[in-house]
Amino acid sequence: MDALIIEATDETPKVVMDKGANEFMFAGKSLPEDVSSFYEPILNWLDSYAEAPNDSTKFIFDFVYFNTASSKIILDILFKLEELKESGNDTTIVWKYKEEDEDMEEAGEEYSEIVDVPFEMVSY
Amino acid sequence: MSSLEKTDIRVGTNYMHFVYKFHEAMVQQKLSLVYEGEVNQSITKIFAAMTENKMEESEDDLTTKKRVYHVMVECLQNICKHADELETGEPEIPGSGIIMVGRDQNLYTITTGNVVSNDKIDAISAVLSKVNSLEKDELKKFYKEKLRENKISDKGGAGLGFIDIVKKTGNPVEFHFEKLNDLTSFFVLKSSVNRGR
Repeated sequence: MDALIIEATDETPKVVMDKGANEFMFAGKSLPEDVSSFYEPILNWLDSYAEAPNDSTKFIFDFVYFNTASSKIILDILFKLEELKESGNDTTIVWKYKEEDEDMEEAGEEYSEIVDVPFEMVSY
Repeated sequence: MSSLEKTDIRVGTNYMHFVYKFHEAMVQQKLSLVYEGEVNQSITKIFAAMTENKMEESEDDLTTKKRVYHVMVECLQNICKHADELETGEPEIPGSGIIMVGRDQNLYTITTGNVVSNDKIDAISAVLSKVNSLEKDELKKFYKEKLRENKISDKGGAGLGFIDIVKKTGNPVEFHFEKLNDLTSFFVLKSSVNRGR
């Protein structure tokens, strides 16, 4: 399966979806004008990945900032990871945030209350 | 102002006087940034970044800075996506409006204004009144409910901006509709972010 790698811009995060290297990550800012078109290939990639996933999947969310439209899509992605976990995959979400960033910490907590996947909250 | 409205103030001493009065008004209102015009995605990024840079030197903590940045992004993207045309009330693409950022000892204020169709007034008022009335925990619950339920619209919004602004800032928003004609009004929205140091 081909890896999906997207470099960060000032309005979209770096994306790594690499089954071979077993690396799954978002890092940076997300405030694109059209969230659907940016995230659609990622959601599709995850659908294909779910058909033949690795034994375990550790998904890193290392956002510095995201707008409300992105927060909805992030939930959609988390729901896909929840399905993955429910199908028997050992799925973990790593939610990274700057220690002093209360709102990013709270966002992670809120998602972890909505989605039934183990969350590791990691401050730096 | 009424005499200024009738004359073209861009000529002669009126204009020179206006510049001073404008400066004075901005200082009095403690405004550090005012922009009026087209609001598209690049303007959104430029102003959010400008605000970020300006605040970089301030002694405000990271959470305060990020809240101001967030409110700017949400309000500007609202104008991009939802502003309407003055004469027709039809969607204006790209939108235009005014944005003002102010700062005093305790608060940052982010105020935006744009034309909206009168048809939207009830829906906007309803959601703003609702989020203003909720306690912190209720607001969190309401936000999570809407985060689950709402779908991304064809305009690319999630219908969460107003809820999230009040939730993150912890302050009610002030809003006002100035009637322009039978079809449209000018929608003013003021958000406040407490300064934490």
